[in-house]
Amino acid sequence: MSSLDVALIRQDFPILDQRQDGKKLVFLDSAASSQRPRQVLSAMDELYEHSYANVHRGVYQLAERATNGYEGARKKVADFIGAGSTNEVVFTKNATEAINLVAHSWGRPNLGPGDAIVLSMLEHHANIVPWQMLAVELGFEIRWIPVTDDGQLDLADLNTLLDGAKLLAVTSMSNVTGSITPVDLLVAAANNAGAKVLIDACQSVPHMATDVTAMGADFVAFSGHKMLGPSGIGVLWGREELLDSMPPFLGGGGMIINVTTEGFTADGLPGKFEAGTPPIAEAVGLGAAIDYLQTIGMDEIRRHEVELTAYALRTLDEELGSAVRVFGPSEPAARGGVLSFELADVHAHDVSQILDSEAVCIRPGHHCAKPLMKHFGVAATARASVYIYNDTDDIDALVAALKKARDFFAI
Amino acid sequence: MSGLEDLYREIIIDHYRSPRNRGQLETPPAHRAEGFNPLCGDEVVIFIDVDDDGLVTDIKIDGQGCSISQSSASMMSAAVKGKSVDDAKALTSTFKSMMSVHSAEIGGDGSEADADAQAIDTELPLGDLEALRGVVKFPVRIKCATLSWNTLSQAFDELASSPDTE
Repeated sequence: MSSLDVALIRQDFPILDQRQDGKKLVFLDSAASSQRPRQVLSAMDELYEHSYANVHRGVYQLAERATNGYEGARKKVADFIGAGSTNEVVFTKNATEAINLVAHSWGRPNLGPGDAIVLSMLEHHANIVPWQMLAVELGFEIRWIPVTDDGQLDLADLNTLLDGAKLLAVTSMSNVTGSITPVDLLVAAANNAGAKVLIDACQSVPHMATDVTAMGADFVAFSGHKMLGPSGIGVLWGREELLDSMPPFLGGGGMIINVTTEGFTADGLPGKFEAGTPPIAEAVGLGAAIDYLQTIGMDEIRRHEVELTAYALRTLDEELGSAVRVFGPSEPAARGGVLSFELADVHAHDVSQILDSEAVCIRPGHHCAKPLMKHFGVAATARASVYIYNDTDDIDALVAALKKARDFFAI
Repeated sequence: MSGLEDLYREIIIDHYRSPRNRGQLETPPAHRAEGFNPLCGDEVVIFIDVDDDGLVTDIKIDGQGCSISQSSASMMSAAVKGKSVDDAKALTSTFKSMMSVHSAEIGGDGSEADADAQAIDTELPLGDLEALRGVVKFPVRIKCATLSWNTLSQAFDELASSPDTE
């Protein structure tokens, strides 16, 4: 049934080829961090073994190869997300740092008392806390787009919320419910209101084709480790003229043209926002991850995950019925491959513990989205999320383990 | 299911299903303290009455959490009710020592730092709480088991620093 040859793909992921207590490892936590194929690991090893030096500085050949690897990765990212120029692609430590960069370098000069920004109740703490920290300091207002019972943005009052707002910072796909937000509509409404738009695209970029130019936002943030790349690297895409007008974020080497005892002159894009030695091997690994994803095809990946999500929703319902409450949209096409659920009155932590004894890796907790948890009236959910290396066998293993958890706690 | 029976002992499930001292007390006179497990979003709220002689005359537990945190809170409430604050603190030390938390300062900051381990010379009988010993094999869950105890310590600290809330 699958759009992908999962058995073939799994051969590229050495970590998945292991057993836990004699049972096949079932990894269903890619929304937190994905696994990575040999191709990514080899690209990083290859750099470290043959082509590593610091970038942008040395004149020797090794340094030139390292710089080419690093800048080549930037080009791959730019092409992958449809950026107009590599100047618009800033490498950061992770998506969290990318959002903090915008908060610091765009937010600080542009927000103050009497101003307002708009967030949504679907946001990850990474797109909440940086703004709350800044609001404490600068005294602007934070408004919230509410969420419907099935975990979608409630846009009834969108225009009122955006009235007079300077920024809309919103996710393109919830990391809790998988809800895909109507980015086109949100961007249009924000543009209308004269507000800038930041999209937290951590969950969507790894799983579906992305075109930042068509999206029309001003900033897009995502991380490498959720898209088969290594941890330690994230991306901020920003509209070139906007990035150009912003002051630097972190200060240090690599982000300057000149430094005197009187002061410094900042470098141009994208170096201005990349102080210090950057994540060189991580960028190369991310580039290799993009190559891998493109070989498979983002549309095929999306189709595979919609099919798998539909299968999971159907099987959970058939096998566990009302014992399972799935949060988020019931229509598979309206969501990514992220399933948050409650198993009767068994706490997510206990569900996850029993599932671990069956070698099924899912995530219990608030998923760094406490405002959304509060909206759903729960302290925690259990979350299973799929990627290219998962298939219906994994879903069957999940459902079988959930039945054990149900029986263990004798519901 | 390897080791699961060590974690989910019958008495733990019993306290989870039928928690003791569940509810709230009026504040004041009772003192209210709340603790969070930032890992999983669990929350425990303790309402505690301490009389002039330093006796825990009443305690109620509110909040939500997993079987381990809820049963630990339930057993804790049953164990400290009627005891002196000093005995409750000693019991906290004994319990946390069983949880491999060797902290000289069992303060209200919830810190599980392995500070210089203070020898526990007053080993108190743990009774039902012994059932939680298996949690040690599941390090991630230790914080679940200690959440209510940290909150209790925090309540005592708060009471000591502001006796007026009595």
